[in-house]
Parts: sequence; C-alpha cells; structure tokens
Amino acid sequence: MSTLKKALAVSVAAAGLTAGAGAVSAQEITYMCSSDGTECSTAREIFDRFEAENPGVTVKIDEVPYKAILESLPVQLAAGTGPDMAKVTDLGGLNKFYLDLSPYVDTAAWEENFGGTLDWYRASADDKGIYGLHSQLTITGAYINKTLFDQAGVAVPGADATWDDWAAASRMVAEKTGTDFPMAMDRSGHRIAGPAISYGAKLFDDNGDAILVDDGFTAYVQKFVDWHEDGTMARDVWAGQGGSSYQDAAQEFINGQLVYYYSGSWQVGRMDRDVGDLFDWVVVGSPCGAGGCTGMPGGAGIVGFSDTEHPELVAKAIDYLAQEENYAEMTAKTKNIPAHAAVAAKGVDYAGASAGAAAALNAWGAQVGKLEGPAFMYQGYKNNRAMFNITVQRVTQAIVGELSVEDAMMRAKEDLAQALAEAN
Amino acid sequence: MLMILEPVMRVIEWPIKFLQDKLGLKNPAWIFLFPNLVLFGLFAFLPVILNFAYAVTGTDAILLSDRPFVGGSNFTALLDCENFADPNTCRDDLFWRAVWNTLRFVVLQVSLMVAFALITAIILNREIRARGFFRAVFFFPVLLSPVVVALIWKWILQREGILNAWLDGMGLETFNWLLDRSWAFGWSVFLSVWAHMGFYTLILLAGLQAIPRDVYEAAKMDRASPWRVFRRITLPLLMPTMLVVLVLATIKGVQTFEEVYAFTGGGPGSATTLIIQYVYETGFAGAPRLFGPAAAASLLLAAVLVVLTIIQLWINRKNVDG
Repeated sequence: MSTLKKALAVSVAAAGLTAGAGAVSAQEITYMCSSDGTECSTAREIFDRFEAENPGVTVKIDEVPYKAILESLPVQLAAGTGPDMAKVTDLGGLNKFYLDLSPYVDTAAWEENFGGTLDWYRASADDKGIYGLHSQLTITGAYINKTLFDQAGVAVPGADATWDDWAAASRMVAEKTGTDFPMAMDRSGHRIAGPAISYGAKLFDDNGDAILVDDGFTAYVQKFVDWHEDGTMARDVWAGQGGSSYQDAAQEFINGQLVYYYSGSWQVGRMDRDVGDLFDWVVVGSPCGAGGCTGMPGGAGIVGFSDTEHPELVAKAIDYLAQEENYAEMTAKTKNIPAHAAVAAKGVDYAGASAGAAAALNAWGAQVGKLEGPAFMYQGYKNNRAMFNITVQRVTQAIVGELSVEDAMMRAKEDLAQALAEAN
Repeated sequence: MLMILEPVMRVIEWPIKFLQDKLGLKNPAWIFLFPNLVLFGLFAFLPVILNFAYAVTGTDAILLSDRPFVGGSNFTALLDCENFADPNTCRDDLFWRAVWNTLRFVVLQVSLMVAFALITAIILNREIRARGFFRAVFFFPVLLSPVVVALIWKWILQREGILNAWLDGMGLETFNWLLDRSWAFGWSVFLSVWAHMGFYTLILLAGLQAIPRDVYEAAKMDRASPWRVFRRITLPLLMPTMLVVLVLATIKGVQTFEEVYAFTGGGPGSATTLIIQYVYETGFAGAPRLFGPAAAASLLLAAVLVVLTIIQLWINRKNVDG
C-alpha cells in the first residue's frame, strides 16, 4: 500500500471513529415553541446555560406559529412524528401523548411549587403523574381606556361593580367621547366562560360531567347577544367571523376606538409596547354577577412527549426551567404571572417593564384569588377545547340572528354530546 | 429528429424485444406503466380508499387501527333532516347551511361569471385599441393566489377599508359590508367572479376566434343587425364552448374554499360557510377532530362532482359526435 493510500485509510478510520464517538455522546432534543412575545427567545437563553452545564446536549428550538401548535402538533403526535417537547395550551387534551416526568424529577418539590396547575395536565383525578411545567399562567379580565373615562367625566366603577354597571358606564363614556365601541370581548370560548361563571354557570353537573349549558350560562349568553344588538358590544369581533376562529379586539383598543376591552393578562406586553403614552390603560379584572367576579385561569405549559428517545433528558430540561431562579427569569422576561408558588410568594421583579405594565401585572396577580371553582375545573378539563369551539360557533349564530339564544343553546348541548361521544 | 432519437431507440430496443419475446406483445406495456401506476395509486387511489375507511369509522383517533367501525352512521347523521330546505330541522344544521350556501353560491357565481365572461370576450374579440393590454388586465386576477384576492377585497370592504374611506370622503354614509349576512355573501360571490372570470373569458375568446369569418361577412352582406348576428350566429356556434365553460365553472364553484375562507372566515355566523369549509373545520380545525363526519361529507360532495363530471363528458361526447 502506498504512503498516500495508508494516509487516506488512517484519515477515514479516524474520521469514522470521531463521528461514531460523537454519535454516542451527542444528544439532541427538539422543543416546539410558539411565542406571544419573548417566550421562545427567553427559553433559548436559559437552554444555552443548560447546554453549557450538560456538554454534548443540544436543545433545538423550533419556533412555530401558535396555529401550528393547535392544529399540526396533535396530528404529528398521533402519527408518532412529534417533537420531544413543546409549549402547549390544550393542556389536558393532549394528555395521552405526555411523558410522565415523575420518575426523573423531585415530585415533592413539583407538588409544592406547581400544585395548583399539575392537575390541568392530568388525564383524570386518579392520575398522579407530573406532565407539564405551567410556564405562562394567564387570567382573563378587562382593560379600560382610563383617559376616555376622564375625558367623559364618568367615574370608573369599583371592584365589585357588575357587568351591567360596566356596560352602562362604557356606553356613557363612548357616547360622550364619540368613541366607536363601548365594549368588546375576544372571540373565544375561553374568554366568555369567566363572565358566564360569574352569572352562575357551572359548566359541569354534580357528577363532574361536562354539560356546558345551564341557566347561568344561558343568562349570560342572552345578555351578551342583547349587548351586540344594542351596540354595547363591538359586532366586528364576534359577528365578523365564521366557524370557531379566534379574533381579538386588541387593535381597536390600542387605536383608542374602544372603552372597555375584555381579554386577559397576556396582552400586558402588547399594551405596554403599542399603547405607550397614547392614553392611560388600566386593568380592572372581571365584573361581578350572581355567581362571583371570576375570570378564567389559563395559559401555556411546557410538556415532554412519551415517544421521545431521550425521556430522561427531556425531563431534565423541563426540570431545569422549573428551577426557581430560571422560572423567575422566564416569568420576568416574558411578563407573565408566575404559577410557581415560591416565585409568586417572593414576587417577580419585572425589570425593564414600564410602571404601567408592572402595575397591570400586579393587578392581574390580585385577580387570581377571585377565581371560582368551575373556572379551575373548566381549565383543567381535557375536552374543554371542544366546549370552547362549540360556544363560539353557537353564540355567534345567536348574535347574527341565525338561531335564537334558546335554539343556539340546544344545539350547543347536542354538539357537546356528539363531541364527547367521539372523543377518545 | 429521428437521427437524434435513433441511438436512444437502439439502446432501449433490446430490453423491449426481450420482454416481448418472453411475455408476448401486450404485457410489456403494463410493466412500463407499473411505476406510474404505483405513484398514481399511492397519491390518488389510496387517499380515496382511506377516505371511505374514515367515513365508516368513528372516534377522533387518526390511526385507522384505533377507529371502530360505525357503518353508515356518519352518513345518516348528515342526512338526518325533517325538511332538507330548512337547516334548522336537520340534525347537523351546519352541514345543511353549508350545502345551501354552496348551492346559492354556485348558481349566482356561475351565471354571473359566464355572463360577464361572455360579454368581456365579445368586446375583447373586436378590433379595439390596446386590445392586448385589456386582455392582460382581465386575465391578471387569475394569476393571483386566492388568499391574496381575499385580502385585497378585505382591505377594500372592511369597516375601515378603502370603500368606506371613499364613501366617507364623498360625504356618504359608511356601511360595515362584511357584518351584514347578505352583503357578505354577495361580496363573496363578487370576488370569486372577479378572480376567475379571466380564465373563462380566455376560453370563450378562443371559441369566438374559431368561428369562421366568412359567416360574419355573409351576414354583413345580408345586412343582419348586430343583435341578430349575435343570436343567430355567434351564440349557436359558441354553444359547445359555452357548455364546457358552464360545467367547468360549476365544478370549480362547488370546490370554492380558500378565497371565501380567507375573506370572511365563513361568517358572519355561517352566512358564507361553504361545504369545503365545513369539511375542513369538522375534520381538522375543530376539537375533537371529527374525521368520520368530515370524510362522509367529502364523499357526498364527491358524488355531486362525479355527477357534474359525467354531465360534462356527456356534453363533450355529444359535441364530438355532432
């Protein structure tokens, strides 16, 4: 063998050995992430440290639109081609695909810090597994354009004001200031649930089975439809769409065309950035009804999937995010309400947030105590997305006059029965 | 040309002859068709078979092995109506709203589109100035993506859109065009006509140009009026092309989805929800994903399209046979 051939053979063998050794030690996991603001970039910063502490480990972040998480991820998971971990919002609905982290993490610490949200990821009350890190606790409620109230000389209703009080005040402000719309609510079944519970909706029967429609629910829907008819609520948001597609009214609020906007805590960053000094905006939480003054808890969490080839590593990565200092950093940078008990107890330093945003985040934090039982139960129910979609579809039909409220509610009950019969 | 192909033919001659010797004269054709048949079968026949399988199975499971057989219950659920003309009496009212919307949409869209395409083709067939430019202008919307078409018209028609700005500027009353059920439906038909008319204009233009000039010259010598020329010469000789256009436009109209979905989302309520949107939302966008009812609805739609296609084939054959 010539010298050249020998050199080549040695080089090829060395390259092969190096590649082989690399393949043995290198572990890559994929994290499918969607972002309302800085969620994915913040996760990247924290995972950079994780990678530095765990040589050979790579966390690849696949940033996708939220729609992909809702529509593509479940199909990928069913086909066994999903990522190793993902940020999800259909918390209980995807439970059958989750990786149980409990064999790999300190379960006592997780129960202590995330006890309030762990159930949302579980399949049933008997399920004691640990499946998800609730990274983004949200709560629904309202923002008002305080500047418009001041200009109109209308007093801002107090903390125990009812929906009717807010509707009357918003109408008065809109009329006096020539604002386009008194009120608007995001087109979402999740959004309307809090007000409905405040009107006495239970959503579940005494056995814990989903019913969606009861007298309280119907009463709020009737009120909601009436407000669309008399111009209290902006028709564009709910009546301007078909199917169960989501639509918010944030841009109308930011443009100063809206007095009262019912959305949620995740809009703080957007308000802070886009409203700026144009007007004063204030978080006023959820108005009251006969059943309380509740919004809906919610948000997103990070879960691992049981099909992963690296279950221990996935659990380790999620556990790293759950560590108090990392979780506090994530909450502060993404401007969210903490679901981690210790972080919440110490308070979050929203460094870089404006005074208005910091005040809003604290105001949202104060709303958590007002949440009613059915709201937690609804958020944790695995088929809640079906109920949200049915609500949007049928309530919209009542708003545009395709169905009466009574017929819409009857159809909603039938839809739910069919959905539950088909759901695995 | 033959000189170029000759060496190639020599190379492939031997295996063909070999196969013909071994398998006879007819069988080698199947062997050469096999790769194409496999691909076609995989991407055309298999999905159709799978669609049947999903239509007769239940639950929201995506894997067929996890889906129990439910027979024709998905079809009976869709067809369970006291009065088919009134969606409120149907078990799946949304399906029937979509069916009736689609029917109204197709009738309106096709009749308007064919009428305008015919008028446009007749005008563009005349010796007018800048004829090439106008032909391009009418054809241009066909090149646009349906989503782009929808967004353009949404920008024009939304509450703070260009049309309302213009009306406001003229001191006229503005209107929320997309929030009114009838207006939203009407605009959906309009934008669909606008987007597709150019294609049918082109076909009709070709049909017009195929009519012999001497027939018109003879009519001119007989001092026939333009209207009489149109009724007695143009329309009868254009009829075969018109029928093809009519059937093609009807099939395309039944399949309409993207532009209306991007334009109104099927709203307000379900005023502009068409049948394909129903299939998409039931099977893919909803929760749980009801693959069974969606597959059953798509098969019912396919049955309608098959009928329309048979009509088209029948018309074509009739034309060929004279």
